[in-house]
Amino acid sequence: MKPTVSKDKRPVNLDLGSMQLPITAYVSITHRLSGVFLFLVSGLMVWALDTSLRSEEGFNSVASTLTMPLSKAILWLIASALSYHALSGVKHIIMDFGIGETMQGGVTGARIVIALAICLAVFWGVVIW
Amino acid sequence: MVTQVTSFSRSGLSDWLIQRVTSLILLAYFICLAGILLGGVDYGAWKAMHDTTAMRIFTLLAAMSLAAHAWIGLWAVYTDYLTERMLGPRGNLIRRFCQLGTVLALVIYLLWVIEILWG
Ligand code: HEM
Ligand code: HEM
Repeated sequence: MKPTVSKDKRPVNLDLGSMQLPITAYVSITHRLSGVFLFLVSGLMVWALDTSLRSEEGFNSVASTLTMPLSKAILWLIASALSYHALSGVKHIIMDFGIGETMQGGVTGARIVIALAICLAVFWGVVIW
Repeated sequence: MVTQVTSFSRSGLSDWLIQRVTSLILLAYFICLAGILLGGVDYGAWKAMHDTTAMRIFTLLAAMSLAAHAWIGLWAVYTDYLTERMLGPRGNLIRRFCQLGTVLALVIYLLWVIEILWG
């Protein structure tokens, strides 16, 4: 990639596309994607809280939407994204305390996050279906 | 250039700390919620639980944390991608639009939760 010219003259020298990224990079970008996703669905969460507390019919209607395949899939996605985001968030905080800040530590941490996130995603799948 | 007038606390250090504290509150809230829902509740129990002062404060705390956490988090995302370098001369304008829309949505959610709890 050619350095981009913009108003401030800082050059951009790192072309991410040309590199093999370590596992830590994927865990990091997925944390970001899951965070943006959670923001996008947070209105849905507030709506569910509202409807479920407003009346018994509301509570039952939220509960019964969750029997439809599409809502089940959405709920699973939200639960899994939240679990992933929380796990990698906790990893982030642990590393903020200086634990596992080496490359090897980062790789190990990233593997643990992925393993636990898959376990939780399977768990939510079993609970929902 | 990216300016930081739209950041949450105007300071990277306090944003960093707030991001961590709010994340732990959200974590505690969602774990409790998951525990309650996995245990199975009916409307009566669910409603009664949310009428207690403790649960109201906890829910409000979680909603406030969500607003601050997402504000800070998305600010970091927007200032990385929605910039003049990425989007051209209108980059800063576009970013402010997005930040404004985001903050507006978050404030509405917060007011909504207050209305749910005390309305
Ligand atoms: C619905 C709730 C949540 C939303 C909408 C959300 C959203 C976000 C967003 C958009 C970011 C920015 C990501 C980035 O800059 O790359 C972020 C960062 C972060 N999140 Fe969350 N999050 C939520 C819940 C949680 C929970 C439960 C935790 C638990 C530990 C957590 C921990 C973190 C941490 C530690 C960061 C900072 C990462 C950094 O400094 O780069 N978040 N969040
Ligand atoms: C995850 C969240 C968001 C992302 C990643 C995002 C991304 C973008 C991008 C890339 C553009 C530029 C399009 C272009 O090249 O012209 C844009 C424009 C815009 N966005 Fe967002 N956006 C987000 C959230 C929001 C929200 C919540 C609102 C308001 C409710 C919003 C309102 C706008 C507006 C009004 C524009 C047009 C600005 C202009 O052309 O001057 N965005 N967004």
